[in-house]
Amino acid sequence: MTHHAPPLRRSLPRLLPDRFAAFGAVLIVLVVLAAVLAPWLAPYPLDEVRPLERLRPPSAEHWFGTDQVGRDVLTRILYGGRTSLFIAASVLAVSALAGVTLGVVAGYAGGWLRDVIMRVTDIFLAFPALLLSLALAVVLQPGVNTVILAIAVTWWPWYTRLSASVAASIATRPYVDAARCLGVPAPLIILRHVLPNSLTPVLVQLSLDAGGVILTAAALSYLGLGAQEPTAEWGLMVQQGQTLFTTNWWVVTFPGLAILLTAFAFNVLGEGLRGALDIRSGGARQERATQEPASAERPRP
Amino acid sequence: MLRYLARRLGQALLVVAGVVVLTFAVMRVVPGDPAVAFAGPKATPEQLAEARERFGLDDPLPAQLLAYVRDLVTGDWGISLRTRQPVRDDLALAFPASLELVGAALLLAIAVGIPLGVLAARYKTKFPDFGVRLGSMLAVSVPVFWLALALQTLFAGALGWFPVAGEYDAELDTTSPLTLWTNITAVDALITGNWPILTSTLHHLVLPALVVAAYPAGVIAQMTRAALIEEAGQDHARMGRALGFGETSVLTRFALRPALNPVLSLIALVFAYALVNGFLVEAVFNWPGLGRYAAESIRSLDTPAIAGVTLLVALVYVLANLVVDLLQGLVDPRVRAR
Repeated sequence: MTHHAPPLRRSLPRLLPDRFAAFGAVLIVLVVLAAVLAPWLAPYPLDEVRPLERLRPPSAEHWFGTDQVGRDVLTRILYGGRTSLFIAASVLAVSALAGVTLGVVAGYAGGWLRDVIMRVTDIFLAFPALLLSLALAVVLQPGVNTVILAIAVTWWPWYTRLSASVAASIATRPYVDAARCLGVPAPLIILRHVLPNSLTPVLVQLSLDAGGVILTAAALSYLGLGAQEPTAEWGLMVQQGQTLFTTNWWVVTFPGLAILLTAFAFNVLGEGLRGALDIRSGGARQERATQEPASAERPRP
Repeated sequence: MLRYLARRLGQALLVVAGVVVLTFAVMRVVPGDPAVAFAGPKATPEQLAEARERFGLDDPLPAQLLAYVRDLVTGDWGISLRTRQPVRDDLALAFPASLELVGAALLLAIAVGIPLGVLAARYKTKFPDFGVRLGSMLAVSVPVFWLALALQTLFAGALGWFPVAGEYDAELDTTSPLTLWTNITAVDALITGNWPILTSTLHHLVLPALVVAAYPAGVIAQMTRAALIEEAGQDHARMGRALGFGETSVLTRFALRPALNPVLSLIALVFAYALVNGFLVEAVFNWPGLGRYAAESIRSLDTPAIAGVTLLVALVYVLANLVVDLLQGLVDPRVRAR
């Protein structure tokens, strides 16, 4: 850690001129604030049903109108942000933890251990996230926890790939050699030297991935395999309102815009971070010796 | 190259084997008794026993796995519990329809994405660049199912410019029946000169293809831009500039060709994803492809069909990756060395 100041800190000033990334950062702060402060911001209680005020168009009382059972759409969108962000944070935490652990071990150890880990990773990579999530969501009870599990199962291999290639290059650095010569045990070397120095690309990837996770989770909910009533969730709101699109556009339009805005914010920030930190690694791309944008590296399921 | 080919093929086979085992495992943990699903809820114990016997459900798991692999290899992908047809026959109808949709979408994405990428790189940090970056970022962030619903409501419902759903007008099946060759409707209609079905199919294809194309177009534009900017700083581009070529000529004549290399491999990878992304679009537009088949299979817990779709898509993904790697190995010797 002391040998290489984390590039994140050094290049933060460089990030600021990129208005694009700054824009993304501001958007994310707004989205997170809206979700966290939902109970205070929301104009109505979450599950307040007013049967007499069904499908009211946007007005001063209901900025985004009301839905098919008379609930305030704006309120449900604010609370829906909590669901989406919770799912994204959980999926990314689980998959980064599992993926980076395996990846760092594979990258540092090399040899047959790396081969075994990478082949297993390849197998999981062959399943598009949405498809495996679909199959798993059928097996398990539909719900937020199932969504988290199903997406995480398909998401971790990307972090394994990414951190394995970074860790492999760090394992050849002189300070790692020095530690090895001093007789520092391998687990300690990984923990003290390899892991901290592998984290920057992972952090950028996390930002880029948050949008993809939110989109996948929304898609699962849209298919009825994710969050269930009465949970406020954007994909579910689109699904329940889809037959009303022609007559009551607001019921479907605003939840969709919420998904778009949130995914967009994370993608913009991730792209900006990647540009500012000049990270071109990333498993697939490094192995292919090409320079794809990171969002291209993993087309979303 | 031969050694690289052999190694890469070996890896691909290993992945396929793993995929088969994983699919089998997922299939086995699906709740509900497949025998009950097949024989129906009112089946007698004898009928249930017969169904169990028929599908080998009483055998130990490793034996079932072996039998499953043997069947797969010999082309028996099981019988769908829902349609009562061999899964392979179902897939042979659904997969070409998906290919048609994704193929059209990718053509569209390439036709739009590459020129936009060039435009953005030419006017880097200027307004066109900003516009393309913003647009491509929105295109990769939009939830496809929502975009599908929005376009359907607007252009098919409210404006009536395009049909709401389906692959072609159903009455054409009687007025000008289609002879099937490839099972890809548009291609078959073209080969056999069936113009009514061809025009109807293309008309039905516009909206769903637009939706599926959004993501690939955004990614291709971003990628073209990045690769082109990278190439524009290389020596051959500088030489072009020194010779007095304008910036646009430098980009399109000198930088574009090498920049397209990574873009082409990206397209192969995006293909497999667009296929699955298309599932949601198929659901909205009632397109008779893999997605609709998968959705219906999932709804009726049709395990052999779900496993068939999963396997097929995973195979397509492995194949796409293999093609990309082999092409790159062919083009760039450094790839082979690793």
